[in-house]
Amino acid sequence: MPVVIGVLCAAGLFSALLGDGLWDAVSWLGLGLPSLLAVRGLIPRR
Amino acid sequence: MKSKTIRHWSFVHTWTSLICTVFLLMLAITGLPLIFHHEIEHLLGDAPEFRQLPADTPPLDLQQLVEKAKAHRPGEVVQYFGWDEDEPNGVITIMAPTAGTEPNASHTFMLDARTGEALDMPSANGGFMMVMLRLHVDMFAGLPGKLLLAFMGLLFVVAIVSGVVLYLPFMRRLKFATVRQDKSTRLRWLDLHNLIGVVTLVWALTVGVTGVIAACADLIIAAWRNDSLSAMVEPYRNAPPLTQLAPASRLLDIAKDVTPGMEPSFIAFPGTLFSSQHHYGVFMKGSTHLTSHLLTPVLIDASTLQVTAVAERPWYMDLMSLSLPLHFGDYGGRPMQIFWATLDVLTIIVLGSGVYLWLVRRKAAKRATVAAGVAS
Repeated sequence: MPVVIGVLCAAGLFSALLGDGLWDAVSWLGLGLPSLLAVRGLIPRR
Repeated sequence: MKSKTIRHWSFVHTWTSLICTVFLLMLAITGLPLIFHHEIEHLLGDAPEFRQLPADTPPLDLQQLVEKAKAHRPGEVVQYFGWDEDEPNGVITIMAPTAGTEPNASHTFMLDARTGEALDMPSANGGFMMVMLRLHVDMFAGLPGKLLLAFMGLLFVVAIVSGVVLYLPFMRRLKFATVRQDKSTRLRWLDLHNLIGVVTLVWALTVGVTGVIAACADLIIAAWRNDSLSAMVEPYRNAPPLTQLAPASRLLDIAKDVTPGMEPSFIAFPGTLFSSQHHYGVFMKGSTHLTSHLLTPVLIDASTLQVTAVAERPWYMDLMSLSLPLHFGDYGGRPMQIFWATLDVLTIIVLGSGVYLWLVRRKAAKRATVAAGVAS
């Protein structure tokens, strides 16, 4: 699972370098997913 | 993995992290406002405001702009003209007492391309954002500062790699993204350190490695001067110094003729770091998204305005050019900026929790030693 996240993140980093529009959107997904997972972990379960 | 191997990797991880953490925390904290430097400059009222003029108002030619610049700051020379896509009506102008004056002693402002009016860019010459930038880039210590930070960046990379090596065997026992909250604070933060660390590591490695490359920029540029530039201007090696420069008016047209399809990024005047003593260096960028980051220098003789050379881009200049956007995160719009800042804060949390975990373990080890001493 961490490998999948890593690959997605790498794709996200490079995607927006290549174009606008869809390429940017792939970037946002690639960077957003790790951010989301990490922030979710920080929220204490009740 | 054998326990001796784990102990070795643990030693590597603990010490590379501890040594670089103070510096990485400084870099991550100063980096946070830098991500939003454009927006902050607007908020501070530092962004130049352009006069409203009809859309078809013709721009002044470059030599006229040089004269306007010299009138604005008498006694100084123009080192660079630059173009920014965000401000199509402006020409970024960098001036200094001499052509060879070092960057930290130069003055940056904007010229209105249509009227030659000078517009201040206070953030480029001082203030809070400049303090953040200087701390981040070299801690106000010039090249030694940059190289120290580059070394810390390398330690950061080793710390991340050793962290991953340690993570793998321990995490086999726990389902991914588990955070044990019911046992102890230490365990909760260990799980958080590992979770946040592993999901952000590709980003942290990218920003770290590109940061190391950027910190070596002075060396990379020096290599370019000694290697690429000197070869191109070999015939001028013994030429007498220039007393007068040919007018800059047609420089962009001359450059565009030999690099069809490319747009100007900046012009380096003779005697500056990016050009030779006898040439204007017109740096052209490509027209696609990717190639817009890759610069091709056109060297134009500053007396005759003949094109001396159109440089082949060396691999190390391309490496540096592509490292910059990957480091800044400024190439994917507002959402990318926000994710960049989020990942930066998450990295600060990983760094901070790492220090906490080390302190707690040290305290526990001390208590164990004391207890063993009392018991014996």
